[in-house]
Amino acid sequence: MINKQINSLSEAVADIFDGATIMIGGFGEAGSPVELIHALIDHGAKNLTVVSNNTGSGYVGLAALIANKQVKKMICSFPRTANSTVFAELYSAGEIELELVPQGTLAERIRSGGAGIPAFYTPASVNTPLAEGKESRIFDGKEFVLEYGIKADFSLVKCENADRYGNLVYHATARNFNPIMCAAARETIVQAKSIVNAGEIDPETVITPGIYVKKVIEINHPVNESELVADKKRYPW
Amino acid sequence: MAKKTALDIPDGSYVNLGIGIPEMVADFVPEGRELIYQTENGLLGMGKVPEKENEDRELVNAGKKCVTTIPGASYFHHADSFAMIRGGHIDICVLGAMQVSKDGDLANWSTGAKNAIPAVGGAMDLVAGVKRIFVITQHVTKHGDPKIMEKCTFPLTGKKVVERIYTNLAIIDIKENGLFVRELGPGVDFNYLQKRTGTKLNLYSETMA
Repeated sequence: MINKQINSLSEAVADIFDGATIMIGGFGEAGSPVELIHALIDHGAKNLTVVSNNTGSGYVGLAALIANKQVKKMICSFPRTANSTVFAELYSAGEIELELVPQGTLAERIRSGGAGIPAFYTPASVNTPLAEGKESRIFDGKEFVLEYGIKADFSLVKCENADRYGNLVYHATARNFNPIMCAAARETIVQAKSIVNAGEIDPETVITPGIYVKKVIEINHPVNESELVADKKRYPW
Repeated sequence: MAKKTALDIPDGSYVNLGIGIPEMVADFVPEGRELIYQTENGLLGMGKVPEKENEDRELVNAGKKCVTTIPGASYFHHADSFAMIRGGHIDICVLGAMQVSKDGDLANWSTGAKNAIPAVGGAMDLVAGVKRIFVITQHVTKHGDPKIMEKCTFPLTGKKVVERIYTNLAIIDIKENGLFVRELGPGVDFNYLQKRTGTKLNLYSETMA
């Protein structure tokens, strides 16, 4: 019998090792798996390369992971968000690396990683400093730059509903990077607001098919990141 | 500025809105027109800003502010969103700017300074893939320096990409043969505008005569 549901956060992140590349879903707090990130802080794996669109807010979630010096390098498109000071301070001090990637290129690199496509050409960033040193090629008279797919050891994502097979449905714009990250990691770990019986999710509405998912944990009442940031909360509490 | 921009968007357009003042364009859909706003974080059919009590922290725009959906909206993941953008399916994109050159070059992601934290977001994909790029910006910087200039001094987001600029002082078209003032703001005269612009401006009437 296939049952991907697990019952403890520590078990969810137990396999994560020092030096791992980890994709973390979410666009700001929408779709960010804050409880899994906090479990990773408790777990303590270090020298991580994190692929995520942003760098977190305040001192919770991704920002707390960065503040805890577990992240060696960020691969992201927008490390400057309201209330995002942790990354800026470490970056200015030379204590964290940044690979800045245009958002669409980041999405396509992740999608490609999961789809078995090693590299692709994109028009984004042509004639800008972000294209410097990259191979380029002309197609139909227009220049494109070569970008490489990204694979991860682990992906941490958040969804609305899941079943024991790992089929996932998301809520509104919390979908964002999560489905493509599920496919791009060797081990995808999901926190779901609810785990429903197999068959309850209409196959027509499944967004992430279970084949991409390794572990699912139910977190019924995930924290509200912006409230925690407004209240100046820090993790570990 | 946001209202003026919305007025220039043709009925039936699919429009992407960038972070900052462009977000406000969604509040001004002109009477009798149907515009579909796309937000790059995975929503087509973005509606107005909700009342505080109806906010959903998982329904946000590119600036991570809460928004709503219109009837007929759809959600999709990031790779699909940028396929839409890069693939040329979006008609108009409205972006903010740090600098715009007379040739339509745009700089809006980094000052290039050593201590600056660069943040590009989706801007480079948008200018590479969307059919028409509009910019909304203050005419000059906080220090009073021109943002519309001969050549951008900050790192570029894209080369020859901007078609029209909406500022607090004027609306300016970028053409092959120069910058043309399409409309002056209330109480703004041409000389006042030219003094605050780092490159030569033209009036349509002069050249058309």
